Amino acid sequence: IQFMLLFSRQGKLRLQKWYTTLPDKEKKKIIREIVQIVLSRNQKTSSFVDWKDLKLVYKRYASLYFCCAIEDQDNELLTLEIVHRYVELLDRYFGNVCELDIIFNFEKAYFILDEFIIGGEVQETSKRSAVKAIEDSDMLQETVEEYMNKPAF
Amino acid sequence: MPAPIRLRELIRTIRTARTQAEEREMIQKECAAIRSSFREEDNTYRCRNVAKLLYMHMLGYPAHFGQLECLKLIASQKFTDKRIGYLGAMLLLDERQDVHLLMTNCIKNDLNHSTQYVQGLALCTLGCMGSSEMCRDLAGEVEKLLKTSNSYLRKKAALCAVHVIRKVPELMEMFLPATKNLLNEKNHGVLHTSVVLLTEMCERSPDMLAHFRKVKNLSSSQLVPQLVRILKNLIMSGYSPEHDVSGISDPFLQVRILRLLRILGRNDDDSSEAMNDILAQVATNTETSKNVGNAILYETVLTIMDIKSESGLRVLAINILGRFLLNNDKNIRYVALTSLLKTVQTDHNAVQRHRSTIVDCLKDLDVSIKRRAMELSFALVNGNNVRGMMKELLYFLDSCEPEFKADCASGIFLAAEKYAPSKRWHIDTIMRVLTTAGSYVRDDAVPNLIQLITNSVEMHAYTVQRLYKAILGDYSQQPLVQVASWCIGEYGDLLVSGQCEEEEPIQVTEDEVLDILESVLISNMSASVTRGYALTAIMKLSTRFTCTVNRIKKVVSIYGSSIDVELQQRAVEYNALFKKYDHMRPALLERMPVMEKVTTNGPTEIVQTNGETEPAVLETKPPPPGLQPATQANDLLDLLGGSDITPVIPTAPTSKPPSAGGELLDLLGDLNLTGSPVSAPAPQIAQPPFLLDGLSPQPLFNDIAAGIPSITAYNKNGLKIDFTFERSNTNPSITVITIQASNSTELDMTDFVFQAAVPKTFQLQLLSPSSSVIPAFNSGTITQVIKVLNPQKQQLRMRIKLTYNHKGSAMQDLAEVNNFPPQSWQ
Repeated sequence: IQFMLLFSRQGKLRLQKWYTTLPDKEKKKIIREIVQIVLSRNQKTSSFVDWKDLKLVYKRYASLYFCCAIEDQDNELLTLEIVHRYVELLDRYFGNVCELDIIFNFEKAYFILDEFIIGGEVQETSKRSAVKAIEDSDMLQETVEEYMNKPAF
Repeated sequence: MPAPIRLRELIRTIRTARTQAEEREMIQKECAAIRSSFREEDNTYRCRNVAKLLYMHMLGYPAHFGQLECLKLIASQKFTDKRIGYLGAMLLLDERQDVHLLMTNCIKNDLNHSTQYVQGLALCTLGCMGSSEMCRDLAGEVEKLLKTSNSYLRKKAALCAVHVIRKVPELMEMFLPATKNLLNEKNHGVLHTSVVLLTEMCERSPDMLAHFRKVKNLSSSQLVPQLVRILKNLIMSGYSPEHDVSGISDPFLQVRILRLLRILGRNDDDSSEAMNDILAQVATNTETSKNVGNAILYETVLTIMDIKSESGLRVLAINILGRFLLNNDKNIRYVALTSLLKTVQTDHNAVQRHRSTIVDCLKDLDVSIKRRAMELSFALVNGNNVRGMMKELLYFLDSCEPEFKADCASGIFLAAEKYAPSKRWHIDTIMRVLTTAGSYVRDDAVPNLIQLITNSVEMHAYTVQRLYKAILGDYSQQPLVQVASWCIGEYGDLLVSGQCEEEEPIQVTEDEVLDILESVLISNMSASVTRGYALTAIMKLSTRFTCTVNRIKKVVSIYGSSIDVELQQRAVEYNALFKKYDHMRPALLERMPVMEKVTTNGPTEIVQTNGETEPAVLETKPPPPGLQPATQANDLLDLLGGSDITPVIPTAPTSKPPSAGGELLDLLGDLNLTGSPVSAPAPQIAQPPFLLDGLSPQPLFNDIAAGIPSITAYNKNGLKIDFTFERSNTNPSITVITIQASNSTELDMTDFVFQAAVPKTFQLQLLSPSSSVIPAFNSGTITQVIKVLNPQKQQLRMRIKLTYNHKGSAMQDLAEVNNFPPQSWQ
């Protein structure tokens, strides 16, 4: 995976994880472009888009689009599973996760992603282990009040 | 100073902003507060402030002043600080930043921290965005952690190693010892990341690949069998809730193993054989009702097609793809088409079975699916199915998006040329394309079509009639108009005399014909090239029409003062023809003889011309001068064929008989060459067309009995190479040499490669040899065909290079061949 983007139906970015090095301007340009491409696709099309020399794999969960850019030799169908697994992890951690959870706890979303994927490759295939690692890490945190699991909005 | 507001508080506040301006104001205020807080070196709230900064960064606001703060957080002892610090580093401190390297020491310390979660943070950060220098510095630490028994850290270290290798490939060697034991783990995380690491190493280095194919690990088993075992366990084992996805056990690991097997099995018989069984097992046993099963099947198919699998397995794979095609899920159809496209060359017959499904995909709504279906369809056209396929493809051409039309049109032309069941069908198909997508047809199609039309002698009347009718209604599609003008110019007499046999002849007068040609000339829609065609056509009609010669003269003289230089030049010359050279006019404007049949680029070229769309209005592009010598041949070409090279009023060409002798044919041969130029963006190879003739059955060559003596070109160390010759009937510049290599020693010669080079004025084409082994004791030979083009009829010389393996050592020799018999090149 080269990068992963999460954005809402209005095109607002909720998470960006880059596994390649690019200038800031370039990243912004790419984000704009991809958001436009994905938002303009209708229901009837497949989840895959050829983009430059990469393949974009995207899926919508409620109001959030999850979009990954993969290389030519990567398996598109498996990438869909990877995205689904990430959503499952978020769900397990937050309990019935929704977009607001990710907005208000974006740093947690990143932590969970980092327990699942490193350098663009999956590191842990067990749902239980990944979430447990996050929960254990949470326990280590010194200031609990700041980082409760489900703060009130 | 009051405590800085909490992160959630800030987020809530910013979300209440109703306009962009309001939001910006809030952000600026908060940034100012954060900045002053940073200045005060406030340790307690640094973490909170950086977190807020990261949020604002995600909204798109600048956050570079937080970079150093991230470093301070990473250096802190508190876990909370480190967590946010590393997150900030990953978001703000990529390798392009100056302060990036300052992290190295902190990461090094944290890699050795007592708490595994801290170590984990460090590994993760390094593995996501470490620069090459950082990787070099810390590779040793990573390698150490790769050998730890703590599986939580081991899996992270493995992926970190992958990143290090990607950044600094030279360091790959140092991770090799640690890999010996990696696959003995039970922990799936470690297994998965280890497979990824092995894959990365094998992909990057052929030496590594060879090593892993052969080496035995600590428990004395080789890699391929070990992977097969692990995969088997995954499939056969019962339900494991931890790793289960819809009834399949750890699909992520399964897919990665399949991918590694693919790399190990590629071009390697032994490895491939070891995995045949498991591949068959996976292919038949995997549940296909959900996406996850299909993901595994997909990877399996890719692996089967890429390794040296037995044919039964390959057929199984293609059938799986066929089933995919019928799946309702678009993603699966997409993936199937992509894979079929990759395999259609090698397993053509198997893919043919699914042709009707593929053709149905042409009607899909998804653009990517349509494109792939189109490419596949062209690859599948053959002599048997051409009528049906063409019908579908023409229908597709009608209704598809503009970006496809150019490729589709070219594809149809190529396929039609190769497989046309009858001339009439061919012409009809061309007509259909020209009228449906006339403006999207590529430039080079026009000369090809013209040549095709001249070849179908009995269809001339029919063709010109249809073309005439086509442009009567609409003369805006340039390629159509060009072809039509040319034909009308050539065969106008057939048109007005109503000679058509194939369909009901129409009644057309000479004036009506001239009307349409003049409209083309005048029309704003006509490109300059098109006008050129029209004018030349009008001129040609002066010898074919009887009543309207004066009208033609008038038209021609009008354009003598045209602004368009090209037209002006032509008109002036034509005028001169009428006045001073009237006696030559009939001969010059004679009917074109049948042009030499030429094959253009093969159908595979279509795949490469994806995404390349010619603009609707064709630019005037003079065909490249290429192989044309600037002789009198040019002048004749100009008047007859319409190429744009500097024209000169011809001096007396001797009146040639209608069945043109060798010279005229050569000129027309040249016309063909200009007819197949390379249009700038297209990656097509503009080989001299006639050398490609050899790829199709060869009707143009003499038999050997024409009596050119054969020669022995080389005879040394038991290797003898003989040359036998043939000359082309219709093109005297081509010589075909068949080499026969024989071996009189007592051991076979293997991996035999024959290479040849000729002087600059020649061109050479080597076809594939019959094999690469010359058996001993002269018991068999290798044959190979060479074609030499010798337009200047110079003495044939050749330098050859031979490489082969004999008696266990590699042999190589260079030699010159100078004893070519004169009949082979004169």
